[in-house]
Amino acid sequence: MPDRTIANRSMIEISRVTRSYGSFKALDETSLTIREGEFFSLLGPSGCGKTTLLRMIAGFDTPTSGSISIDGQPMDGVPANRRPTNMVFQSYAIFPHLNVEQNVCYGLKRLRLDAAEEKRRVEEALAQVSLTGLGKRGALELSGGQRQRVALARALVMRPKVLLLDEPLSALDKKLREQMQVELRRLQQAVGITFVLVTHDQYEALAMSDRIAVMFGGRIAQVASPKEIYQRPVNCQVADFLGGMNFVKAEIVEENGASMTLDTPGFGRVRTDKPAAFVRNGRAATLGIRPERLRVLWDDATDAHEVAGKVVDRHYFGEITHLVIEIPGFEKPLSVTETNNFGADDIPVGASIRLAYDPDALVALAD
Amino acid sequence: MRMLRHIRPNWLKSYAFFYVLFLYLPVIFLPIFSFNTAATPRFPLSGVTLKWYGDLARTPALIDAAWNSLLVGVSASILATLFGICAARAITRYRFPARRSINGLLMAPLVLPEIIVAVSMLLVMLQLGLSLSLITVVFGHVLICIPYSLSVLTSGFEGFDRSLEEASADLGESAFGTFRRVTLPMVSPAIISSLLVSFTISLDEFIMAFFLTGTDATLPVYIWGQLRFAAKLPGVLALGTLLLAASIILLTIAEIVRRRAARRTQNMGGVLA
Amino acid sequence: MTVPAEGIVGPAPVRRQRNPVLQSEAARGLSLISPTLIYAVIFLVVPILLVLANSFWTQHYLEIDRTFTLENYRVALTDPIYRDLLLRSLWISLLVSFFTVTLAYPIAYFISFHGGVHKGLWLFLITIPFWTSYLLRVMSWKVILGYNGVLNSTLMGLGLTDGPSDAFLYNTTAVVITLTHAWATFAVLPIFVSLEKIDRTLVEAATDLGDGPLRRFLRITLPLSVPGIISAVLIVMIPTVGDFVTPRLVGGKDGVMIANAIQAQFGKAANWPLGAALSVTTMAVVTAMAAFIVVTIRMAARRAR
Repeated sequence: MPDRTIANRSMIEISRVTRSYGSFKALDETSLTIREGEFFSLLGPSGCGKTTLLRMIAGFDTPTSGSISIDGQPMDGVPANRRPTNMVFQSYAIFPHLNVEQNVCYGLKRLRLDAAEEKRRVEEALAQVSLTGLGKRGALELSGGQRQRVALARALVMRPKVLLLDEPLSALDKKLREQMQVELRRLQQAVGITFVLVTHDQYEALAMSDRIAVMFGGRIAQVASPKEIYQRPVNCQVADFLGGMNFVKAEIVEENGASMTLDTPGFGRVRTDKPAAFVRNGRAATLGIRPERLRVLWDDATDAHEVAGKVVDRHYFGEITHLVIEIPGFEKPLSVTETNNFGADDIPVGASIRLAYDPDALVALAD
Repeated sequence: MRMLRHIRPNWLKSYAFFYVLFLYLPVIFLPIFSFNTAATPRFPLSGVTLKWYGDLARTPALIDAAWNSLLVGVSASILATLFGICAARAITRYRFPARRSINGLLMAPLVLPEIIVAVSMLLVMLQLGLSLSLITVVFGHVLICIPYSLSVLTSGFEGFDRSLEEASADLGESAFGTFRRVTLPMVSPAIISSLLVSFTISLDEFIMAFFLTGTDATLPVYIWGQLRFAAKLPGVLALGTLLLAASIILLTIAEIVRRRAARRTQNMGGVLA
Repeated sequence: MTVPAEGIVGPAPVRRQRNPVLQSEAARGLSLISPTLIYAVIFLVVPILLVLANSFWTQHYLEIDRTFTLENYRVALTDPIYRDLLLRSLWISLLVSFFTVTLAYPIAYFISFHGGVHKGLWLFLITIPFWTSYLLRVMSWKVILGYNGVLNSTLMGLGLTDGPSDAFLYNTTAVVITLTHAWATFAVLPIFVSLEKIDRTLVEAATDLGDGPLRRFLRITLPLSVPGIISAVLIVMIPTVGDFVTPRLVGGKDGVMIANAIQAQFGKAANWPLGAALSVTTMAVVTAMAAFIVVTIRMAARRAR
């Protein structure tokens, strides 16, 4: 994923920010640091406070308490038009009475650049989003994808310290969305500006970000790299939101420092890292494993770590097959995703089967 | 049943045609008889003349009334539109307590019997000791123009995406700059439309003007005064034709402006929708 | 795994605001609407309250006696002249609203369901007369129905009648026809709006479930457009009851309505309190009648399902 090294300098400091509407807290004592030049995503279901947080960074909303600073400057009382941020709106907010070029140089007009410089910057921004030659096109004649690019160019041309993106891809169809994910990522690496993306789509966040903050109910549950978020979620909620996960009841045998030992009926005794936010509640805990980290053992192949069970259901998805396997001693059946290269799509329902698992893929989860 | 489905739109279409005829036919007699040489409106026409129109220009009382109507119309439409802008902006932009009831109150003159509104205002003016004049007529007209102005402006402002103003602020523009560069160009068609519609309402309004004016007559009040005299009928018909033409022209402009605005804000809401 | 949140020590600076939602949203909205609201209060609410107050006072020549009395209401409700005028006004406005709404429904239906690309044009065509002078529209009916008018001269010209008839003008029928014409478009708009709001897939679903055109109209379209019918009835009935131009121009002796009496009290008769009491009574009675009709339509619509 991200191979570049990101400067360890912070760009946005959010400290203990709360935003309440009457008795409802859209954001609850949230603190967060976003580093310079990173592609940062705020991920969560609708109503989790991610958009509220983004709008407070932009200056469209004011914290009820707490403070935000950008590039070392406190933003208290600084209106949106004086902040070094620019935003790509969910609706794109393309000015309908202006053409593409006029939209892009809307903000530049305030800077009173000389005409040649202004033109150069507009051309540059249009080129960055592959809209060269469309400058005279009217705003209402643009397709959804083109509007999105205009919104991007209009913000980038201002050379902001931070670019804020509010669900910018949600209005596009699947194919265009995937294409834009790649382009946005490439663009961010080219310009080196800090990007803050709000999304409810976990694949989008995983594919584009350097780091992700997963939010639920006005609080940040976890901040980490995409890989860590996916492989080492701190709790069941995060694990579940990021994709399919098998949850297995376990018993804590030993707990020390950064690791712990758990006992389960099927996987036996397992030693794992302890999640940062793990809160012990008696001896019970949950162990999670992603469906694709379980592997079908064909014929008489063996593995050091295996469990045996019976196929109770099977779903075909083209390149993969989803198997549901009942394991004696487990409360719920395990889900397994297996590629169809070896004929997983031919395994009959009712067949007895053995599964291999990687003990490193087992992760202890706080509830 | 298939037959029925086939017939229905055509049947409805002819009904629609006759309905429009019913709406327009009576009104069309005004211009027709205004060109008639005879003073009584009857068929067959006795001849075509522009005499009655020529007479209009030579009637000082009528010129005064036209001038009064213009003064009242311009003042009432500007005031009603200003009040309408405040209210429509507040209603479409902010959520506040009693928003619906306030909107209902402002729209009330549209559904109240006009005579009751007129009589109530008359009582207030008299008991406040204000002498009746064109100014009191303007007060009355502003009140009854507000519902029209408000509905034109509300439908114009509704399609206005709030994030456009935010985008402007985000790109560094000040509050005033945002108003000048984004808000005003976006809403000016609705404002022009509201001015034209309010002016037309005021120009044609009779009951409020009748009760609230002093010695100065507006055009409809002048017409009312002339209706008693059968001999004056052709002149009244000619004047009515001119008023009708003015209203239709103003309203057509208002509609064109409003539609252009609607296309821009992608909001197809009609004037009363 | 680093959660920078953990790194911050000590209380962050806290800036308190008093309920920011109420502060910004409601306060801004209310202050923005207040000029218009104050205007409406001064020139609509206060005047109506003043009319209400006047209706309990007494006129003594040029003075008004401000001791509370119900005498005006006694006169308004029991004097046969006013009672008959009020009943006739109610009857006329009932007829007018029935005719306008019945005539308007098909046209609103046509524009909404079969208007196609010309929807806007049809609507504009229908609304134009509604904006033109009401006085002129009433006047044109006088021209048509008069003794020397269009109808009489046409009938004579066609040889259908021997001489001009005075049967067309100066009666209740003339008032009903004129008002039905004058208020026609007022009824089209609300019905059109409610028809536009009907999700077309509902009609398709009804067809899919086996309803023919007539049945799906009666079971889906008509019940869902009831709100439009109700507002059309209200928007026609309440204002027409207080009309005084039409009765004066085409009504004659038989067509006089309560508004003419109200106007007389504020004009020649100069009895403001009685005029006020007549106004209040008219409003109260027409509101009651309108409420009764709204309930009736709602119940009919519920039964139709």
